[in-house]
Amino acid sequence: MTLQEALLFVALPYASITLFIAGHVWRYRHDKFGWTSRSSQLLERRWLAWGSNLFHYGALAAIGGHVVGLLIPEQLTRAVGISEGAYHLFAAAAGTVAGLACVAGFLILIGRRAYFPRVRHTTSWTDVVVYAVLAAIIALGLIETIGFNTLGAGYNYRPTVGVWFRGLLWLHPEPQLIASAPLVYQLHATLPWILYAVWPFSRLVHAWSLPWQYLGRPYILYRRRYGLARR
Amino acid sequence: MKVRAQVGMVMNLDKCIGCHTCSVTCKQVWTNRKGTEYVWFNNVETKPGLGYPRRWEDNQHWQGGWKLDRRGRLRLRAGGQLRKLLTIFWNPDLPVIDDYYEPWTYDYHTLIDAPLSDRDPVARPQSQLTGKRMDVRWGPNWDDMLAGAPETAPHDPDLAGLQEQVRLTYERTFMFYLPRICEHCLNPSCVASCPSGAMYKREEDGIVLVDQDKCRGWRFCVSGCPYKKVYFNHHTGKAEKCTLCYPRIELGLPTVCSETCVGRIRYLGLVLYDADRVQEAASEPDEKRLLEAQLRVFLDPADPRVQEQARRDGIPDDWIDYAQRSPVYALAHRWRVALPLHPEYRTLPMVWYVPPLSPVVNALEQDGYEADPDQLFPAIDSMRIPTAYLANILAAGDSETIRQALGRLAGMRSYMRKLEVLGVRDQQAAAATALEPTEIEAMYRLLAVAKYEDRYVVPQAHSEQAQRLSELPGSCGLDFEGGPGSCGALPRPTQAVNESFMLGRRVGAGHRLVPLPMLKPGPGPGH
Ligand code: HEM
Ligand code: SF4
Ligand code: SF4
Repeated sequence: MTLQEALLFVALPYASITLFIAGHVWRYRHDKFGWTSRSSQLLERRWLAWGSNLFHYGALAAIGGHVVGLLIPEQLTRAVGISEGAYHLFAAAAGTVAGLACVAGFLILIGRRAYFPRVRHTTSWTDVVVYAVLAAIIALGLIETIGFNTLGAGYNYRPTVGVWFRGLLWLHPEPQLIASAPLVYQLHATLPWILYAVWPFSRLVHAWSLPWQYLGRPYILYRRRYGLARR
Repeated sequence: MKVRAQVGMVMNLDKCIGCHTCSVTCKQVWTNRKGTEYVWFNNVETKPGLGYPRRWEDNQHWQGGWKLDRRGRLRLRAGGQLRKLLTIFWNPDLPVIDDYYEPWTYDYHTLIDAPLSDRDPVARPQSQLTGKRMDVRWGPNWDDMLAGAPETAPHDPDLAGLQEQVRLTYERTFMFYLPRICEHCLNPSCVASCPSGAMYKREEDGIVLVDQDKCRGWRFCVSGCPYKKVYFNHHTGKAEKCTLCYPRIELGLPTVCSETCVGRIRYLGLVLYDADRVQEAASEPDEKRLLEAQLRVFLDPADPRVQEQARRDGIPDDWIDYAQRSPVYALAHRWRVALPLHPEYRTLPMVWYVPPLSPVVNALEQDGYEADPDQLFPAIDSMRIPTAYLANILAAGDSETIRQALGRLAGMRSYMRKLEVLGVRDQQAAAATALEPTEIEAMYRLLAVAKYEDRYVVPQAHSEQAQRLSELPGSCGLDFEGGPGSCGALPRPTQAVNESFMLGRRVGAGHRLVPLPMLKPGPGPGH
């Protein structure tokens, strides 16, 4: 393990995870008031309709794909009878659709932010950082999915990137695995740690607030003065 | 029966002079901040006109409020919970800021900094959204006093179907003002639309609020309110709305809009209602009977059984006493001259309106003050503001409701005129109102004399409850960064004894907990 590998593939992830957790705790305790999607639909609605829907549905599908791809070991999918070929085909197809939707949506969102002065005006520096990192991650991911797997010969990332990622979680890092992957994969696996580090301090915290409790809740809520919510 | 108390409001449209003092004082107190430049918790519209935001009443378009589904069950018009979650990334029913207006200021600096020249310097408008210079093309009150009405008024949603009756020619033109705040509904669709559960109705006084710490900016309340009285703060990314000035109400003081109302058109008082029957009333199949349905939810505060249950449900004795003196209950229920705004939205709104009568008086007085009570209804039918138009605003299209209310008001006038001028209590005029002479005179005192202490009958919140403040976590709702300020120290002008006012204590969540000052109960400033 070289020093560079140790820093990028071990130290950075752990530093980022620490910041991610501590940052969320801090933000939730000290800045509930700032915890919001910071919707800009009031200022512009037509571009957002396409941008936000394509981006979010695409990104959520892509995130779902990552969870399957990185957390579920190859042996498991093979054990339930899914061959590497079938898995690869499905991942490439679904990944391409999700990736393209996400990219299209993202481009619309960025274009919208740049083009409409009202929206541009609400853009903060953390927004800029988030957009830049997201842009890089999405672009690299798309090169992998389309360039390597759909058009190219394909690269099976699960024995290298996947195992390295899980190793981090079991506190048994194996940086040499990821170091053996193509450069595009290395970059795509490294950049998200920067995103996670800024996540708790950006508008991205809104992603944890998907209000699923709304399903099945009574419609009208009453509260006693300064008390807690009650039916 | 579950008895709850609600602070309600009545506005007497006959007396609104359209001065906008209410809007300005409200704005100074509540929405004079970044992100709320375009927000008017209180606004005054000219009718006929488009309103603010434009055509807000067209809920076929905006999808605010409730409707009944095919099986008669109450449903949010914009769709249920699952649909909300699926459209969370982009709300299909949200107005854009141009539906309100693009807020602006002027570059006043040029007035001071301009170099010496032959021409006077001019301060030009600049957008408060972008800071750029802009052309002002619409404002919060662009069609005030029928300005531009030939172009805009025909698009007033309340005129739908009345084009034949209402010709907006100069000779036959009519107008009146409609001041609006949040209705603090009994069945608030804003609360029902909020996926985060950040909005709630207070059990004690019915005030509907947004918890600023729980709001996540999903902006469904904005579209869910059929009155468009929840606003999105584009700076903080959170929803805000009229608070009914609760820090004042809790001290027994009227809201800022009421206190400063130049026409003295506003009334504040308690209404006791049966929380168990709200749902049933809102589900009344016939829109035209929603008024009756809502009136049935109100409880008679003089009824000993209601009083007993109210006590069991924790309503303090003095509140029951206040409820019996409530001008809102009297105007809405006892005399039935106040009517709810757009009852067909099914939110059971709690700001009611006495319909405007002024133009009819001319018709009545053509042959002097001796207006013949038998002529009352023909006169009302021939008045300039068509009853059908008022009915579209205040009675779900039922003109008869409007005729009844106007008839009673006109009857009161002719009765009082005879009493004042001739000194006789005219039984015939009284009969036309179907009220006892004592009742007519009481109604007259409330509507025409309108003493401060009769208009605002607001009990104080109880200090025992306020004391719990220091024990319970909760958010103040105003005291956030960029918010209008702490809800703590509101000095009560007379006899208020501030017993235990502590400085705000940090409670961790980035906001301070400011207990209300403890007050010895004492009569209000107008008493
Ligand atoms: C499931 C959870 C999520 C929900 C409910 C959600 C919802 C929203 C909403 C309502 C907006 C505001 C749109 C508007 O009206 O302007 C928004 C904006 C945004 N979301 Fe999400 N989101 C979620 C997950 C995510 C994730 C996982 C990401 C990124 C990885 C993300 C990135 C963004 C970005 C960058 C914006 C700003 C868009 C713009 O205005 O340019 N969201 N989200
Ligand atoms: S009028 Fe007020 S209480 Fe009623 S739905 Fe609108 S915001 Fe909610
Ligand atoms: S202050 Fe009173 S009279 Fe003036 S516009 Fe407002 S409600 Fe009408």
